[in-house]
Formats: sequence, structure tokens, C-alpha cells
Amino acid sequence: MTRFIDLTLNGISTGAVYAAVALALVMIWRATRIVNFAQGGMLMITTFIASSVIGSSGSYWLGFAVALVCGLVLGAVVERVLMRRVEGGPPLNAVIVALGLLILLEAGAGMIWGNTPRSFPPAFSIRGYDVGGTTLLFSPNDTFTVLVVVAVAVGLALLFRYTAVGLRMRASALAPEVARLLGVRVGRMFTLGWALAAFVGSLAGLLVAPSVFVGPNQFDPILIFGFTAAVLGGLDSPPGAVVGGILLGLALSYVSGYEGASLVTLAALVVLIAVLMIRPGGLFSTRKERRV
Amino acid sequence: MRVDKHKVRAVGAVGALLVALVVAGCGSSSSSSSSAPGVTATSITFGTHQPLTGPAAPGYSEIAPASQAFFDYLNAQGGINGRKIHLIIKNDEYNPTQTVSVVHQLVLQNNVFGIFEGLGTPTHTKVVSYLNSSKVPDMFVASGCACWDNGTAQPYTFGWQTQYTIEGKILGQYIKQHYAGKKIGVFYQDDDFGTGGLAGIKDELPASSIVSAQPYQPGGTNVAPQISAIKAAGAEVLVDFTVPIYTALGQLTSFTLGYKPQLVVSNVGIDPTTVGGLLKTFSKGKAGTELIEGAVTDGYLPSSSDLSNPWIALFKKIHDQYDSSAPFDGNVEYGMANAYTLAQALQLAGKSLTREKLIEAVNEKGAQLTGPGLVPFRYSKTDHGGYSGVEIGQVRNGKIVLFGGPLVTEPTSGAPITPYTTAQPAPPSSGVSVP
Amino acid sequence: MNAALARLRAPQSTLLRSLALALLAGVALFIASELLSAYDDLQLASGSYYFVVLAGLTVLTGLSGQISLGHGALMAVGAYTVTLLVGNEHWALVPALAAAILTTALVGTIVGAAATRLRGPYLAGATLAFAIGLPALADKYPNTFGGANGLIINPPTPPSGLGSSFPLERWEAWIAGAGALVVVFLMRNLTRSGVGRSFRAVRDDEIAASLCGLHVGRVQTLAFVVSAACAGLGGGLLAVVLQLAAPGAFELGLSLSLLTAVVLGGLGSLVGAIWGAAVLVLLPGWSNDLAHSFSLSTNVSNNLPLAVYGLVLIVAMLVWPSGIQGGVRRIIAVARRILRRRIGGTPEKLDKHSTQDQEEQPNES
Repeated sequence: MTRFIDLTLNGISTGAVYAAVALALVMIWRATRIVNFAQGGMLMITTFIASSVIGSSGSYWLGFAVALVCGLVLGAVVERVLMRRVEGGPPLNAVIVALGLLILLEAGAGMIWGNTPRSFPPAFSIRGYDVGGTTLLFSPNDTFTVLVVVAVAVGLALLFRYTAVGLRMRASALAPEVARLLGVRVGRMFTLGWALAAFVGSLAGLLVAPSVFVGPNQFDPILIFGFTAAVLGGLDSPPGAVVGGILLGLALSYVSGYEGASLVTLAALVVLIAVLMIRPGGLFSTRKERRV
Repeated sequence: MRVDKHKVRAVGAVGALLVALVVAGCGSSSSSSSSAPGVTATSITFGTHQPLTGPAAPGYSEIAPASQAFFDYLNAQGGINGRKIHLIIKNDEYNPTQTVSVVHQLVLQNNVFGIFEGLGTPTHTKVVSYLNSSKVPDMFVASGCACWDNGTAQPYTFGWQTQYTIEGKILGQYIKQHYAGKKIGVFYQDDDFGTGGLAGIKDELPASSIVSAQPYQPGGTNVAPQISAIKAAGAEVLVDFTVPIYTALGQLTSFTLGYKPQLVVSNVGIDPTTVGGLLKTFSKGKAGTELIEGAVTDGYLPSSSDLSNPWIALFKKIHDQYDSSAPFDGNVEYGMANAYTLAQALQLAGKSLTREKLIEAVNEKGAQLTGPGLVPFRYSKTDHGGYSGVEIGQVRNGKIVLFGGPLVTEPTSGAPITPYTTAQPAPPSSGVSVP
Repeated sequence: MNAALARLRAPQSTLLRSLALALLAGVALFIASELLSAYDDLQLASGSYYFVVLAGLTVLTGLSGQISLGHGALMAVGAYTVTLLVGNEHWALVPALAAAILTTALVGTIVGAAATRLRGPYLAGATLAFAIGLPALADKYPNTFGGANGLIINPPTPPSGLGSSFPLERWEAWIAGAGALVVVFLMRNLTRSGVGRSFRAVRDDEIAASLCGLHVGRVQTLAFVVSAACAGLGGGLLAVVLQLAAPGAFELGLSLSLLTAVVLGGLGSLVGAIWGAAVLVLLPGWSNDLAHSFSLSTNVSNNLPLAVYGLVLIVAMLVWPSGIQGGVRRIIAVARRILRRRIGGTPEKLDKHSTQDQEEQPNES
């Protein structure tokens, strides 16, 4: 029983991390209809910046704030300079540009900060809670991560559903021409979407970094599972990203614990296919299939 | 007249193909001369394949530049037998496809005399048969796999570092002597490194004392299921056959769980500079090694933090002059020590140098070589394994302190472990010293 | 001269034209393999097996409109099949390659059938999970698949008729080149056949296609099977040329490189697949040489080739949205227009011809 509890708690804490990355991908998808592989590179850069700031200033929250601000700026710049030129063309071109940007960012980080991973401080203690004499595999920092992820998911859902800005962003993504005719500044909405997505991504990086260390390639596994979680939950749904992330985290934790670490990636494949076969748009998809 | 567009297209496509091929061909050098390739009266060139980028790069990317720094030091004194040693380092990103490609490039295009310090088991195993069938010296592979230890079938390939199985045996014996009756848990990498070490441990310890053996896949970052399983089994001693990142990840999970077993860590994954750097922000002190303090480990070279050791002092001096951008840690020491052995082999091979003479030199005199190693080499015509043992050590005040004296053994099951009592010689004031 | 060329008409039938092209390419490859050095022959072999995979992938993604981030795993299936059959069961080369094609086509059928329900990023996510999940089998069953080290086989020996000093690399280039020629012939026919048209029809408008009587699911699955067969052959040829199959050779990076190469070369076009293969094989070497020609700090020179690759992807997509082949086509069209004006002829007739050429068959090679 303790084993099951340990694995469940581990699943939730790792799942929250996947959910954080998934939320950034959902944000970008809803706002611009692009799958942004460069998200991983951008959050890696902002986490490196945070690490440098924390190292030189000694203050965690200062580095935290700087990373979030850098995220906003980086997202806006990338959209304006790069993605604006490929947004109208074939969707695959945007994917390739995003991949190119990811590779460029990872190489750039390697050039500036080197390939050796470095330590990153957690926001709160990582010592597990003591319950009835046993130490749980869940710490105050994990609680913080889960709470932040849920808060961001709720915030995004509210943004898209109930605010005018959210409506404008969705309109710009789904029907840009019509939105323009109705007076929406589509370009500005895209920039805002990218900036917010990079903000969420930076947040994800700060939450993840203590347990994966900061290095050019250290975030890669998290990104892959984050993308899987986003697809699992439905790319249009922030709550879907959270549910997808937690579900994936739990599944992988149980498989790693009961079957062995070698089957983890295969388990991710099985879970994803199982869900997508039943609901091809992800768990929380709203679109109905049109079968002729 | 309307040109048939299909003809144009066909000719265009084929023409483009030919142009691309000719351009690709333009960069290739002429074929090598009939005498030994890669060697002249004044220089000798080796090549190596290393993971310079990618997930396997941390730490390992320091090794070849450190070897190059040692060669620079020798070259400043005139080199070996009047020849300056050059090392061409190529990046294979730990991808066997790339390894095959860059090794072919080194042999066929760069015309190297031999390959030196090729890094990695999954990578280097893919070029061993090519190098041996092409009769290219494959010196001192940077891996502790038993794969290189076959002088009969692979005469051109030599290992260098102590094999993982030997290390496992000596660590296992130490555990048997000092932690008798305690429950043992093993956390190991799911490849030759981890399984080799585990086999050595099992050779010395009774099977009933190993209560949990959990493999991990390099690439994943969640090791909590494995560590919590070891804790749940009640292990009081945790043996880590891990690379530094996974030693650190294991310690983080142990800290979360409040799990404080006696650590026993392979020399591959214990470098306190590297592991301490990864754990820095979790430990109260600046060093970051609190979580591995007191860990038992081993080494076949002196501890890199022991500046009173004349070899370490020499390597530090060379590092500060030729390789100062890297931290001075176990990886840099490894690169320089391995380079020292290659330089010794070249010295032994003599002034009129051929590939066969280099091989013969190591086969015949390799076992008598002394240098920064704490234990002797096992080299012979049939045995190409490398160092024959390790000395037990412990992390004290964030540094590895070796004690107890070097021990040597054979990798075969049941072979006895015997002490090696010859003292380590002092480094020569210049160049290298050979028997 | 003009009269002589006019008599030498290209054959009208697609089949014969493809055969002629394949033979021409075969002659070019043969000449090249004789002229190139041993290492460049190895590069030629690598380019050939990459072309084989890319040809299938460009048909899948370009003609059939289905994105796949999992072709690296399909190559792994082909490579492991060949190494197991040749290494353990001592099969001959051609039967082993045929078995690799069949096995991978079978896997492709399963993947393709699952893929018919998925669109866009969901298909991308599923194929990405496939790319990282399938190689896990090698770690789970290390006794069969060799674990992290993978499997090694002996190099293919050139037949004794060629002489004892025939370079191994040239023989490998011939084997891989032969595979590439077969693929050129078959794929060129496929893209111009009814099957190819059905791929395009389903890509452009599923509902209209099904109204015309095409079974959308079956057409999409067929596209997957065809591209999987190509990937299996490519992976099998990789195993023959490099004599290895290991999980480290088929990581996610390979699948992503294949996709970028296909788009970079020119989506939907077989000549684009040639460009893509050339980039995959030649760019790393060039950028490595570039990095070492300056004396830069270790961190910078280690990472420079990767930075160059990323930059090339970005710039190429911005400058040539239709890929290299799109750019080449534009250059040829401009050159043709200039040539025609020089040769002479009524301006109206010439303009009509040139616009006609550009409008028809935009995606054919």
C-alpha cells in the first residue's frame, strides 16, 4: 500500500510538471494555431537567465520575476520577428521554423552557459511531508507546483472564455480574416498570445528546473511528455492540459514502479493511443466528428 | 521550338545530382601515402570521437580537450621521439550512426595514425571491427566495458580504465567486510556500465543480502519510483552505479524521502565537483556535497582534489596553462592520465614508428608501465583490459580521500582480490618515463 | 542540333519515362561512385538510404497531407529486422531487405489505421509518442535486441568477381544506390498514377473525395503503408551500410531531422527528397569544418554546427517557403523565360507557354 501511495504522489508531482509545459503549448495553440516546439527552447533560456540572476543576486524571487518578464519579452519578439512571416503559409513551415528555433536556442545556450547542467533552487523545501512516522514522496515544493499549475489553468480558461481579449485571441486564431473585418488587431493578438504562452512556459521552467537541473538538453524529456500531455488532454483545453498531465504522470509512475523504467516511453505511447482512439481530439475535445 | 519540359526536368534533376556529388567530393583529401598514415618525422596525428553536445555531453566533453592540453605540454618540450602529437576531436553526439561516420572520416579523410580514447560503449562497439579489419590502432577506449579486452580477436583495440566488473568486485568485497549482515540496494544504469558493476557486486556478496536492484534508463529524469522501491525494501546500504546526473537525482529523491542509507558510489558517478555542483542549491553550504558526504567510492587514479600528490600538481599546472576554461575535476584528470599512457606507448614504440610497432609496444611492455595510476596495467598479447584494480576511498569534507591501499583482481568470477603494494612513482620533470 | 533533339522525344508513357530516369540516375551514381574517394562513397551510401526514407515521407506528408514524427522508429524496425536476419539467421542481403520492407509495412498498416482517426497536431503527437515508445522495446528485451548497445553484423562482402581490393565503401554505395533507384522508379510511378491522385484528392478535400467513391481511411492507410515500406528499406540499408542497429541511432532527433529535411528539400517532390538527403548528409560535415576553421572557445565551437543547422532551417523556410526545390523551380522558370526571349518568338505565344508551364502540375518533380 505504501508503494502505491508513493507512486501516486510521485505521479501527481511529475504530472503537474508535464501539465505546466502542456499549458504553455495549449496557450500557443489556442492563440495562433501553431504547435510550438520552440517553447522548450524559450523556457530553457529564461530558466538559465533566472539561474544567473539568482546566482549573482542571491534572491530566488528576483530571479523568478526576471524570468517571467524575459518570457513575455522573448515570446513577443519571436512572434514579431520570426513567426509573423510564416503564420499565413503552410502550417508545416511554421513547425519547421519552430524546430529550427529550438535547435538554435539550445545551441546558443550551450555557447553562452556551457553544456554542464547546473543546480536550480526550489521555491520551497523539497523534504517530503511527515505523516504518521513515514515521510511521503510529496513536499511543500510539490504542493506549490500543483497549486500554481491549477491556478494558471483556471486563469487561462477564464481568460479565453469570459474576457474580451480572450475572445479576440480565439477569433484571430480561428478566423483571422473575419476577425480583421470586425476590427480585431489580429497581429497584436498573435503577439499577445505568444507573449502569454512564453510567460506560462517560463513559469513551467522555473517549476521544473529543480528536479531536472538546468542545461541545454535537460528539459527535453519534460517537453516531450508535456507535448504528449497536451495532446492527451486536448490542445484547446487548459483543464485538459492539467488532467492530461496528471493522468500521464500517474500512468508513467505506476509503470516505472511496477514494471520498470525501460517501459516508460512505451507506456506513454499506449496511454496516448488508447485515449486518442476513443476521442481523437483529446480528452476534453469539443469538436464533433463529421462523418459523411 | 518548344523544349520538352520532361527532358529538361530529367536532365536538370540528374545534373543537379551530379553537381551535388562533385561538390561533395571537393573537400576530400588525396589518398594516404603507402608508409604509415598520420605520421611524419615531426608529427603524429590521432583522432577521437566524443559526445561534445547532447544529453551525454556533461562532463565527458571535458576529457578530450584535457588530453589535448597534455599533448600541448609535451609538444612544448619537443614532443615524443621528436614528434608533436596532434589530436583531432570529432563530435558524435553519442549517436552510433555518427560514430561510424566520423571514425571513417578520421581514418579515410584525415588519415590519422590511430584512434585514441573513443568514448562510450554503445558508440565505440560499432567501430571496433572496422578499425581492426583496417588495422588502425584503437588505443585506450574511454569505457570500462569488457568489450575491449580481447587481444586475440581484436588485436588493435585496447581498453584503459578499470573494468566495471573489477570495480564492482572490489566495492562488493569492501561492503562484505564493513557492512556485513546489512541489506543492500543497488541503483544502476541499464547498460554495460550498470550491469557490469552489478555483476561484480553479486560476485562478492551473497544474493540474499541484495534486497533490491533497480535499473534506470538514461534520458528519463524521474528516478523516484526506483529509489522509493529501494527504501521500501529496507536497504541500509545504497550502491550507485550511476553517472553524476543520476547520482544527484537519486540523492534528491532520498532527501525528499528522508532516506539516509550508507552510499557506495562508482568512481564514474562520484566526482564531487560535478555532483556537488548539481546539488549546490539544496545543501546548506556552498560546496553542495553534503548529500554525498561519507559516501564510499573508489579510484584507480589519485583524487583530483589531492593537490599534495605530485601528479595532481602537474596536471593542475598543465590545466591552468592549456585548458583553463574547464573546471579541474575528475574528467580533466582522466583525459590527462590517458594521454600520458599514450605518450608512454609512443615512446616505447621508438623513433621508426609503424602501427604494428605501437601495438607490439603495449602488448610487450604495457604491463610494466607506471604513471599516475595507483594500480598496474594488465596488458599482454591476449589481455587488453587496462588498469587491474582500484583503491577504496570516501568523500570527506567534500573531497575524495583514498585509503586502504590499492587492490587488484581479474574480471572473472571468483578470481581473488589481492593488494598491490608498489608505491606510485613521482612524475618525471619533463616528458614521460618508460621502463 | 535542334532537329536532332526534337526527334529524341522523351517517352510518353509514365512507366517508361520513370525507367529511363532511373537508368540515367543509375549511370550518374555509378560514375560518381567510381570517381569519389572511399569516405565520400560512404556519404553517397548514406545519402541514398536517407533518400529512400525521405521519398516515402514526402509522399506521406506532401501528397497525402499526413504529418509523421515517427519515421525514425520505422527505420529502426527495418534496421533491426535486417540485423537480426543477417546476423542471427544468416540470411542473404536481398531477402533480408525484402523482409525489412514487409515487416515495416505491417507496422505501418497498424500505425496508419490508427492515424486515420487523427488530424494535424494530434497525429503529430501520436507519431511522436510512437517515435519515443517503440525503441523502448530494445531496452525491455535486451537478449533479443541487444539492449543499449544494440546489434552488430558483419560488413557485406563484395562478390569475388569484382576483385579482392574492391573498396567496401563503394560496394555499400552500390547497394544503397540500387535501393534508391528502385524507390525512384516506383515512387515516380506512384505519384503520377491513380493512387497518387487519390492521395492528393483525400488531402485536399476529404468529403469531396469520398463523394467520388474513394474510401478516405483506406487511402490514408495506404499512404502510410507506402511510406513505412520506404522507411523500412531505408532503415535496412542503414543497417547494411553501417552494420549496426542500436536505440541511440533512432532517437527522436532522427525523426525530426527527416521531417525538416523533407520540408527543406521541397514537400511532395522527389527531387526535393534528393535535396533533403544531401542536406542531411553534407551539412553536418560542412558546419563542423566551419566551426574548426576559426579558433573559438570550446563551448562555442562545439555548439556552432548545431546553431548553423537551426539557422539554416529558419532562414530557408523564410526565404524559400516551398523548399529548395521550390526555389530551384523558380530559378529555372526565370532562366527559361530569359532564354526564350533571347531565342526569339512572338511575345504573346511565349507568355502563354510560360504561364501554362507554371500552372500545371505544381508538385511534380
